[in-house]
Amino acid sequence: MAKLKETFKLKPVYLFLTALAIFLLALPQFGGRYLTYIVIHVMLLSLLGLSVNLLLGYTGLLSFGQAAFCASGAYGCAKILLAMDSPSLLAGVFGGLLIAGAVALVIGFLCVRHTDIYFAMLTLCFGMMIYSLALKWRSMTGGDDGLVGIPRAPLEIPGLFSINMSPMENYYYFVLIMTGIAIFLFYRLVNSPFGLSLQSIRDSESRTAFTGIPVRTYRLIAFVIAGLYAGLAGVLLPPLENTVTPPIAHWSYSGEGVIVALLGGIYTFTGPIVGALLFFVIKDVIMRFTEYWLFWLGIIVLALVLGLRGGVVGAIQRKFLPKMTL
Amino acid sequence: MYLWLIAAGLTIVFGVLRILNFAHGVFYMLGGYATFTLYGMLGLNFWLSLVLSLISVALLGGLIERLFLRQVYNLELPYQLILTYAFILIFDDLAKMIWGPMFKIPPVPSALSGTVSVLGRAFPVYNLFIIGTGIAVAIGLWLILGRTWWGKTIRAAVSEREMASALGINIPMLFLTVFMFGTAVAALGGALSVPTRVVTPGVGMLMIVEAFVVTVIGGLGNLKGAFIGALIVGMLTSYGIMFIPILQLFTMYAIMAIVLLIRPQGIFGR
Repeated sequence: MAKLKETFKLKPVYLFLTALAIFLLALPQFGGRYLTYIVIHVMLLSLLGLSVNLLLGYTGLLSFGQAAFCASGAYGCAKILLAMDSPSLLAGVFGGLLIAGAVALVIGFLCVRHTDIYFAMLTLCFGMMIYSLALKWRSMTGGDDGLVGIPRAPLEIPGLFSINMSPMENYYYFVLIMTGIAIFLFYRLVNSPFGLSLQSIRDSESRTAFTGIPVRTYRLIAFVIAGLYAGLAGVLLPPLENTVTPPIAHWSYSGEGVIVALLGGIYTFTGPIVGALLFFVIKDVIMRFTEYWLFWLGIIVLALVLGLRGGVVGAIQRKFLPKMTL
Repeated sequence: MYLWLIAAGLTIVFGVLRILNFAHGVFYMLGGYATFTLYGMLGLNFWLSLVLSLISVALLGGLIERLFLRQVYNLELPYQLILTYAFILIFDDLAKMIWGPMFKIPPVPSALSGTVSVLGRAFPVYNLFIIGTGIAVAIGLWLILGRTWWGKTIRAAVSEREMASALGINIPMLFLTVFMFGTAVAALGGALSVPTRVVTPGVGMLMIVEAFVVTVIGGLGNLKGAFIGALIVGMLTSYGIMFIPILQLFTMYAIMAIVLLIRPQGIFGR
């Protein structure tokens, strides 16, 4: 009976998800190019937010260096696409992801020795190292100008199929599918025994260690997975914009990821996704009135920290749906 | 030396309040702008405008501590960092609104322009003046912390906050004054930097990361460390540009990472 009730209660959620899926699938048909473009960016930013949240909300580590993995992925993808004779999108994306994961493994191995403020400083520091490379290693990264002329390569598996990606709509669907898979996997991850162990590490490191869980290894795994999510947010960017420039590695971009996660609400699953959406809505609305939108973003963040610490999703959850996890 | 001034403020604030203040670079920037406005635009006396800008920025810092930082002392680290980060966004854009996006340079005050000959080489008087100020601030801080009543209460609050409070030290008041003091030191750095460097929106963001490097190398909350750290980073920046321009930024962060990994308490920490 209880089980039945549970299923019944969940039903609106499925309805909502279906509606959302239909809306997103139909978007390029009625939304126009600008909206499509913005929604791609919302999806990428929500991936970055998820990456921050896996560390912050689930593992209890504040990273100010997620942009480093974005940049590793983006530059990796760009380099691969530029080097290939007939560029293939999948090769660029997965190659870039591999690079981002490798970088995250090395940096994470060093970073998880610390927690709290020292962890934040270390990630900031490594992030800025990657930034300085992107800025100064001219022969490799193009320096300040970045890498330009990156093709939006077709999605193809030789001998099987090939889809032209040059129309924005096609690329939109590609990003949508990749993001959808990533979000689904994230949901499975945080609700798996591994995800629960991470949360217990967040709540009490020593108690978790007593149950026989290797805390540091778990943190490292979480760090690498978070790096992959940030990397995914990065690799999908160059084919869209046709360029990569150093600001993607700067710590203020990492800060944006943290703001997105806080805006939606850490400790919630959907928080970063809602946060990314809100971020762009806020940006778009304020930009219509003034070019100084960061000023207002700052004010909103202030209000958030002082008054609405659970984030928007956290607040909705407390107020309307106390029994559900969003 | 600019680095030392900003790092000194950051160190004092962190030592006492235990807050890593992203907004500190902003106070540096505002110090620069205030001096530029008073001295470069309104044509006030250089020294008077220096003092006025320090006071105004310190008052602003006090306001921020009182209204905002005070609310988050007991919260987790992410909220504290993000709160101070928000001030960067706000004041960077505010500076853009007020002073415009272009960089500003007022002239070097006439009393301090020109060069003197040091060891047979021409050396700008103004740079000498900055170095002197930096050293003076270092000595001044050492004296204040070591010899005055205020300095003693600070040290008491650093080592045992509850006990100090129980002994009748007004901790909130102490926090307020310390924050204002740290702010003023950063603003001094900014104000002095104006005639030789430029002040632009975003300079605060640039400086704060370098100041983090300095404070971490020296050990968070450690003044002596911050002084040496500033010298190391300063040397590295100027000589690095001469010899290995590609790796100049990189080495700075690499040193920071190594220090954090091996001696998180800093080279001079206990």
